Amino acid sequence: MASTAVVVDDKNTNTWGGGAEPMKASYGKLMMWFFLLSDAFTFSALLITYGLIRFKFPAFDGDIGDFVYSQDYWPLPDFVFNAFPGSHAIGVDHAPLVFVGIMTFILIFSSVTMVLAVEAGHRMDRKAVEKWMLWTLLGGITFLSCQAWEWSHFIEGVQGVNPNGFQYTGVKLFDGSVFFGANLSMNQYGPPNFAALFFFITGFHGFHVFSGVVLNFIIFYQTTVGILERRGHYEMVEKVGLYWHFVDLVWVFVFTFFYLV
Amino acid sequence: MEQETSQVTPIPADKAKIWKIWKVMLILAAVTAVEFIIALAIPTSILAQPVKVYIYIALTIVKAFYIVGEFMHLSHERKSLIWSILLPVIFIVFMLFIFLYQGSAIYDQLF
Repeated sequence: MASTAVVVDDKNTNTWGGGAEPMKASYGKLMMWFFLLSDAFTFSALLITYGLIRFKFPAFDGDIGDFVYSQDYWPLPDFVFNAFPGSHAIGVDHAPLVFVGIMTFILIFSSVTMVLAVEAGHRMDRKAVEKWMLWTLLGGITFLSCQAWEWSHFIEGVQGVNPNGFQYTGVKLFDGSVFFGANLSMNQYGPPNFAALFFFITGFHGFHVFSGVVLNFIIFYQTTVGILERRGHYEMVEKVGLYWHFVDLVWVFVFTFFYLV
Repeated sequence: MEQETSQVTPIPADKAKIWKIWKVMLILAAVTAVEFIIALAIPTSILAQPVKVYIYIALTIVKAFYIVGEFMHLSHERKSLIWSILLPVIFIVFMLFIFLYQGSAIYDQLF
């Protein structure tokens, strides 16, 4: 059945029927670009909000060796994101940004495999598209798993002694109990807005990664059953690829402005 | 399964083109590594925190350029498409400066 190839004649010669492409890009690709532009505005709004609230709180201006979590100033990200799975078990109590760094490399890698899938699509190489889409999916799922761990560690919080040798105090509540970890109204790391912004920004990005994985899976499936080959071109891989690279691009900014600065 | 595969013969891969894609990845990984070295290995006594922040922003823009230009292929599109995507970004920069200024103004009022 697959041998009955359908030749789609999308060479529309009528200008008003969409025949003219002044930007030499198809309707679908253009609309993906403009959607991504609007999405860029949304993410910028979130990151700029982070900037405003960050600037509104005092920064920690003492020696790094004296740093402790406090509600009075914005925390240093090095001291909040300093663990990776099993780091406490093997006695490493201060590995700043190592885990986020690994996540960054995973996302860059899955972006490259996506480009390779698009390139294979241009050559009508179905086997190669399948292979690279599978790698891309794997990268996306690994990233999401890393983020799940990151979130659960952030919510659970830390107790004991911090890398500078000070006891973690937590947040003292009115009923005398002490709160560790984070939720949407308070957190042990710094001002309440810190955790709220963490959940909002990385959560919104994580949801984009999740929908990217779903879209990638649909395209992977369509490739394996030969839908795209029968269509005569692999442009859908390109469109979903644009979305996937955008997700990577946003992470580059989140990484800089949330974790490094 | 053999009869499922169609008669489409793939065009053989161009080695130079694929190497170019991996090269972009190496650049991105190297820039990220440099950010790490600046963040963790260089103390603030040598490089003050505000200077570090400017370096991070510059390196982030370098990475964004490679992702958008090469991976998303924007550098190789028509000029009209490039500008219709890039020009609206000016508003983001505009908003960034306004809100950061506002943030420090609130700080001055509070503390």
